[in-house]
Amino acid sequence: MDINDLRSILTVLAFLCFLGIAAWAYSSKAKKGFDEAAQLPFADDDMPGSEAGHRKEGKKNG
Amino acid sequence: MQSQATYNYKVVRQFAIMTVVWGIVGMLVGVIVAAQLVWPELNFAEWFHFGRLRPLHTNAVIFAFGGCALFATSYYVVQRTCHTTLFAPGLAQFTFWGWQLIIVLAAITLPLGITSGKEYAELEWPIDILIAVVWVSYALVFFGTVAKRKTSHIYVANWFFGAFILTVALLHIVNSAAIPVSLTKSYSAYAGVQDAMIQWWYGHNAVGFFLTAGFLGMMYYFVPKQADRPVYSYRLSVVHFWALIFTYMWAGPHHLHYTALPDWTQSVGMLFSLILLAPSWGGMINGIMTLSGAWHKLRTDPILKFLITSLSFYGMSTFEGPMMSVKTVNALSHYTDWTVGHVHSGALGWVAMVSIGSIYYLLPRMYGKTEMYSTKLITTHFWVATIGVVLYIASMWIAGVMQGLMWRATNPDGTLTYSFVESVKASYPFWSIRLLGGVLFLGGMLIMFYNMVKTISGQKAYDAPVVAPAAAHA
Repeated sequence: MDINDLRSILTVLAFLCFLGIAAWAYSSKAKKGFDEAAQLPFADDDMPGSEAGHRKEGKKNG
Repeated sequence: MQSQATYNYKVVRQFAIMTVVWGIVGMLVGVIVAAQLVWPELNFAEWFHFGRLRPLHTNAVIFAFGGCALFATSYYVVQRTCHTTLFAPGLAQFTFWGWQLIIVLAAITLPLGITSGKEYAELEWPIDILIAVVWVSYALVFFGTVAKRKTSHIYVANWFFGAFILTVALLHIVNSAAIPVSLTKSYSAYAGVQDAMIQWWYGHNAVGFFLTAGFLGMMYYFVPKQADRPVYSYRLSVVHFWALIFTYMWAGPHHLHYTALPDWTQSVGMLFSLILLAPSWGGMINGIMTLSGAWHKLRTDPILKFLITSLSFYGMSTFEGPMMSVKTVNALSHYTDWTVGHVHSGALGWVAMVSIGSIYYLLPRMYGKTEMYSTKLITTHFWVATIGVVLYIASMWIAGVMQGLMWRATNPDGTLTYSFVESVKASYPFWSIRLLGGVLFLGGMLIMFYNMVKTISGQKAYDAPVVAPAAAHA
């Protein structure tokens, strides 16, 4: 086995790793966390003058 | 609950304003070099020659304009989505002044002809060391802020910003390795084809991580915020992120088709460039579809026009790029103005427009206002800029294909049909149209500058209070 076999193995492992990430991302397990994370920009009203300090439901922002 | 602490807006403000200033400077130099191609008499001094001003243009627009936009938006987004102030604000100030010093040094040394001759990495070794120090400081501030976040999740925009910061550090330090022979001259630590491969590993990943990942970070924050809707598919954004990370690193060899680079390496580069189409379009669709159900906002909101148009250009140039990486297409396109058109479709259409939209979002908030001085002027800027980009890339496409066809045309006896200068002569009308496109785009930036000055003059700088995250998830 020479160094090039190791390189090929590494490439295959990287590909499998990517497939694993994709499978995880589309699993139902990840969904809850993703839904929460997707709301992060909105948990925070950054319009000057309207920073109530807490999130109002149905907030407005520009 | 609201604490007394305020977000560190100062550094965001500084970088946001300098984005507009350096955008004007960099694009002005671009207009000058475009004019020099139309009127060669304008090359009137060695320090004002096309060969010296062209790297000044690329450095100014990529690293000064684009760099300042990335600093400003990443410092803003990481604070707001992590609900915390910057880690080491003093160090953040250092990144601002350090980065401005680097830009000024570039503006002095490049016209003087002090260059290491590596495209997009022309600056000589003392400046390279300064860049490395500033960049490591940037990484410390950014990741330190992520580490002290008050939220459990790290929002996807921060993943893109983080990847951009880490990768650019790696690329810059490896590619800039050099042996200095004097204060102003050094030679690459690599030789021959390895040097070429490392240069384009750097060069293409500068496109992939500086000009793509960082600006996708912008896209994933400012498009949802401006549209007031969460990103279309968060899981797609996660796959988008990892697909880019796993593929971009390998695409560099497509810059070296038909060179001394081993044939298999060229083919690997081409293959990975083709694969890149998938994550790129996934990201584009994710950004544009964020607007689904709210398309009407596009009619009235010029900031959203900038952001969504930038994604359309991102889609166009990431389709064009893989096509141009195909060896047989590259045989026609390489070394022609087609490449220049492709780059500007990405640089003006995607990078500049997403930055302009994001900066229009940021500026009023930095001064305690809810909107820019004039929304009408943003709309004007949008149309002037869009017409400018279209004129620019359409003229370069035509000129590029024409040049490629003329250069490869042969007579039945095997001699070349056209001399090189005939292709130069045929390109003149298109170079004039390109100049017009560039002038329009620069004009748009001047409108932005006026709007910015009107927005902030007489206004006090504003620092928003830190918002504590909702106890449970809101």
